Amino acid sequence: MKKSAGVLLFILLLAIVGPWLSPNDYLGTNFDALLRSPQLAGMHLFGTDDLGRDLFVRTMLGIRVTLMVAVVASLVSLVIGVTYGAVAGYVGGRVDAVMMRFVDTLYALPFIFFVILLMVAFERNFLLIFVAIGAINWLDMARIVRGQTLSLREREFVDAARLTGVSTPRIIFRHIAPNLLGIVVVYVTLTIPQAILVESFLSFLGLGVQEPQTSLGALVDAGVNKMEGASWMLLIPASLLAVILMSFNFLGDALRDFFDAKHKQ
Amino acid sequence: MLRYALLRLLGAIPTLLLVIVLAFLMVHAAPGGPFDEERALPADVAAKIEAAYHLDETLPQQFMRYMSGLLQGDLGPSFRYRDYTVSELIGSGFPVSLRLGLLAILLALLVGVGSGTIAALRQGSLLDRVVMSFAMTGISIPVFVVGPVLVLLFAVKLHWLPAGWSGTESVWKYLLPVITLALPQIAYIARLTRASMIDVLSRDFIRTARAQGLGTKAIIRFHALKPAMLPVLSYMGPAIAAILTGSVVVEEVFGIPGLGQFFVRGALNRDYTLVLGIVIFYATLIIALNLIVDILYGVIDPRVRHR
Repeated sequence: MKKSAGVLLFILLLAIVGPWLSPNDYLGTNFDALLRSPQLAGMHLFGTDDLGRDLFVRTMLGIRVTLMVAVVASLVSLVIGVTYGAVAGYVGGRVDAVMMRFVDTLYALPFIFFVILLMVAFERNFLLIFVAIGAINWLDMARIVRGQTLSLREREFVDAARLTGVSTPRIIFRHIAPNLLGIVVVYVTLTIPQAILVESFLSFLGLGVQEPQTSLGALVDAGVNKMEGASWMLLIPASLLAVILMSFNFLGDALRDFFDAKHKQ
Repeated sequence: MLRYALLRLLGAIPTLLLVIVLAFLMVHAAPGGPFDEERALPADVAAKIEAAYHLDETLPQQFMRYMSGLLQGDLGPSFRYRDYTVSELIGSGFPVSLRLGLLAILLALLVGVGSGTIAALRQGSLLDRVVMSFAMTGISIPVFVVGPVLVLLFAVKLHWLPAGWSGTESVWKYLLPVITLALPQIAYIARLTRASMIDVLSRDFIRTARAQGLGTKAIIRFHALKPAMLPVLSYMGPAIAAILTGSVVVEEVFGIPGLGQFFVRGALNRDYTLVLGIVIFYATLIIALNLIVDILYGVIDPRVRHR
């Protein structure tokens, strides 16, 4: 767990600081240095692409974009999921049954295809990517939050709040929601890699982030096209993406085990 | 049992309708028409094209026309592939994708259940830890990373296997795409099998069987496998969806002329009817397969039928 967190922190710092330290920028093309393999000359640590752009800076930029999309999308799914789950769990009864039935129905939908449809119908809009990815990832969160809320609402402090005349929305957001924090944090850690996966999938297909902006998925896509002469263009972004996803998954798993153990005591 | 199956079938119909309406509305809410080109068409030509594709009708009229076509298996003409209907394009791409998908699912089940069971029997051993680390890696690495890296290694560098699809008749061309598709599913299934097998093996009926002198192989085969497979079975729905999504990538990477490639091309060319048709087709497929999984679940575990 500490190792995964350390790796993620290191990559994040590198992505923030790296471009400042490099003499190159992500847009600058250099036709004297096309498809250079990783080298110290010109500080092309990750080599250059077929337009002579420095891949170190582009990869760092790609990590920034990928992580940003993932975090914002996870926040979107967090807000939707927590609100939906807490309302269903707290109100209960028939409302709960209908709301959860709706979630079950949505589970059966192939969301990723809808996201692609969305990208086709409305131009590839950056904001839309955030919202679309967030909108497909809230289902798990809603289920888990509902389960927790069901047990929380029977607790004394909720009764006390109700007796002193606190309104239902206020009970949900001021009294129930803060108590969900632990499990929500765990599931956000598991939602982030899913969001990264969707974003890079879309960018890989050319439906996500558009040139000259880039993301890890877009870099992998560019690398695939050039892998026969310039394998570094594929291997570097691909392995970084894999390391980031793996770290998040390990971290999330460890946090969940920790939380489950604490919960059982 | 029949009642259970019918109830499940009834439950699937609203979902399917929801998919169709959502997809239809999304495509029709798109700003700009499908025939907007860089050069504006003369007004009378544009009007004629719109009339030919019934784009001049109101939205409810268009929807009714689309639905009645859909019920007869007609998904309308493709906007980009001239002279082809969407149904023809799906018909030409789907068999290829189906073959890939089936092979991948089979491979995933065989390897996943096998390695998961072995890991569960040797819980805590080196072998178990190795299998589980592989599984975690397999879950984390996306299909569009695995595919190209495998091609780079086995086709470009080592020349053991063909890199592309066309230009070779050998069955070996299936190997890399199928492995790429199956890998994440192998990982999931191995983890699921291990967890549920460990749980089942700690139950009383297994202890009884062991006390009666039954060997490990027979216990797994006759007593443990069936209950341990229930979580794997309920994972089959998401697995199929994941393989369909994965096949979109795999077909791009390996240049396989399947449904996924039509889908991506359609999406990039803004071929509205094609994309809409394929989304509806995929959704129907996923819902139908989920339904089958649900019914199978009822067959294997009689308890769920009476809930």
